[in-house]
Amino acid sequence: MTELLHSQADNILINDYERSDVAVLPDVAIIQTSTTGENVSSNAATASSHARVEPVDPQDHETTRRHRRDGNPEEQRPLNNDHEEIFKYGASHVVKLFVPVSLCMLIVILTIKTTSSYTPGGATWAYTPFTEDKPTNTQKILFSLANTFIFMGFVITATVILILLYKFKCYKIIHGWLILTTLMLLFFFLYSYFSSISASLNRPIDMITICFLTWNIGVVGMFCVHWKGPLRIQQAYLIMMSALLALVFYKFLPDWTGWLILGVISIWDLIAVLCPKGPLRILVETAQERNEPIFPALIYSSTMVYMITAVDPPAEPEFTPVSVNSTTAGKKSHHLDLSLFEKKQFILVNVGEPLTDEQRNERATIRNNNARRQLIPRADVPQTEGRREPARYVVERSNSPVPDDDDDEKGVKLGLGDFIFYSILLAKASALGDWNVTIACYLSLLIGLCLTLLLLAIFRKALPALPISITFGLVLYFSTVYIIGPFTAELSTGQVFI
Amino acid sequence: MTIMECAGCTLIAYGVPFSMFVFTIAHHPFRIIISMTSAFFWLISLLVSSLLWFAVVPLRNQLAFAVPFAVIFQEIFRYLFYRVIKKAEFALQKVQMQELTDKGMVFDRFAVAYAAGYGFGFISGTFAIVNVLSDMIGPGTIGIFGHSQDFFIATAFLTLCIILLNTFWGVIFFTSLDKGGIHRLIGPGIVVLTHMLFSCITLLNRKSQPLYSVSLAVGYSLLIGMIIYTLMLRGFTINNIRQRMNRD
Repeated sequence: MTELLHSQADNILINDYERSDVAVLPDVAIIQTSTTGENVSSNAATASSHARVEPVDPQDHETTRRHRRDGNPEEQRPLNNDHEEIFKYGASHVVKLFVPVSLCMLIVILTIKTTSSYTPGGATWAYTPFTEDKPTNTQKILFSLANTFIFMGFVITATVILILLYKFKCYKIIHGWLILTTLMLLFFFLYSYFSSISASLNRPIDMITICFLTWNIGVVGMFCVHWKGPLRIQQAYLIMMSALLALVFYKFLPDWTGWLILGVISIWDLIAVLCPKGPLRILVETAQERNEPIFPALIYSSTMVYMITAVDPPAEPEFTPVSVNSTTAGKKSHHLDLSLFEKKQFILVNVGEPLTDEQRNERATIRNNNARRQLIPRADVPQTEGRREPARYVVERSNSPVPDDDDDEKGVKLGLGDFIFYSILLAKASALGDWNVTIACYLSLLIGLCLTLLLLAIFRKALPALPISITFGLVLYFSTVYIIGPFTAELSTGQVFI
Repeated sequence: MTIMECAGCTLIAYGVPFSMFVFTIAHHPFRIIISMTSAFFWLISLLVSSLLWFAVVPLRNQLAFAVPFAVIFQEIFRYLFYRVIKKAEFALQKVQMQELTDKGMVFDRFAVAYAAGYGFGFISGTFAIVNVLSDMIGPGTIGIFGHSQDFFIATAFLTLCIILLNTFWGVIFFTSLDKGGIHRLIGPGIVVLTHMLFSCITLLNRKSQPLYSVSLAVGYSLLIGMIIYTLMLRGFTINNIRQRMNRD
């Protein structure tokens, strides 16, 4: 217990400058204050105040359980627990991630198949300035490589800016950036989506209807994503935003550039998360040192989370670095939930903690989530910022006082960037019109996600979500198009069933 | 009219498997994952078979060369999947089973065998029919230039047949390997032989005037045979069934 108090004190000291915004309030009051807009900027303070409040509550048997368990060092956990936890949040959480990923892909593919305005070609955008209308293949490859490097330059710059902002504690800038991104996404992209749909379906819609729809959907989206809202609606908005962004990407990325970008960004994800000097890893470690939750950004989570997650996305529309909030009761040795999400998403596995779904495409969004129950300590809930950076996984340690019989509380988090890049891959796979290719890529993406979650459970640290899935997807795409495709075409023509 | 035809063939081919999914697999996340992994293994086996077909350039038109190898590769990957499942089960057995049971996660061998067979079958049928369905929904139909008019409906029924056959093959394969003894040879042997028989009979569909009735008849009688063998393996006898029916 004393160590817990000590760590609480640490939290208070570290976040002292931020506490001035938020008074020390009892649990109920904190929940009330967190509903105000002010809390958005003082999420860290609220986080610390939450952390402060946790052990005080005597009725919170879960926190007391947590206190008891906090004394247990990690090594005392028997090996069985590892396996248990692998299996505990195994199958059902994987499926809980399958459904939103599949929904996002479905929205993207349906839109592409029914409307013609989201097909590539036409305008280019600033991030990939070279077109691919070149006479020879060599030139195409060269210009695609140039496009890829420019794009990756933007990504890396955005990540570095985010990390610098985070290191120098410019939280307000990050929050503002995040809100601006969501605003643009929810209003502008939605408006253009409706316009494209009505143009493609040849149904004129008057301006008043479109503005009414966009305004309402956008405002509700801002509320749900940045503040509080029903879980399903939050999830729906996050999926919708990922789908919109994936469509924009798909429209503007030239063909070969798209494939190269997918490959390079998986490698970047791997480097940034796993290398000791990688930016995302630095972000995670900084957050750990400060004992702060990283800005929860665009992260899709499957359960409600109690903590206030601050999202800190960079202003870069495409890339929002995700900062990971590692909230611990104080000591690093306690469960660390790191969800590091750079531009993309990361997967957090919360054991026993309800997680809020936060997703945003590129920018981290700051969320203040009202805890449904005040039982769960904040520290157990990882906060993550999701951006379009490579996704990372965060594994919560089993030290968290998660009630064993409470499966519903355990949620999984996946960064929005992962949604976006998976959907882009599948959109490009479906562009050929061959459904075998689409199904093969879909299956490989899901199996990659499954494997990544398995690795997450085994290694229990932040892992990138993109590399395995994208590798499987790319390998199966090219092999299905060039090798399996002709074989199955030959078989189908003659109705030979193997 | 083409939409009707497409909808009809889709429902013929996927009606029973989809119901199977909804009632037996959808609410069990573990089975969903097993099915997806098994489908992935089938896909890899198809990749290997396609590589072989692709590599042997002069025989590309002679599907009679590629098909037996495809069948053999599929069964090899089914066996590999069985080994993977065994390893996973071994790892899971280290876990305290009590908590797992409380959570409703029980390692049900039959369910795993069923889900594995289902995964194999679903992806196999999908790869066979989905491009045909998407062509079907466009304008026009088949049979105008002297080709058989039963192409679509025969495809749909054969797809249903292969999905169900694969499900039962999976159950027979895994259950026989689990039983050990002489069943370790009989079960997989029967699966390989019947699979080879079915696929080679469908080679007859390639003729210019295909006799779909032969493939359909052989396929469905094989299916009934597989059902009976599965029931025998699982311990149902005529008396058992009679008692159950009299009880209800």
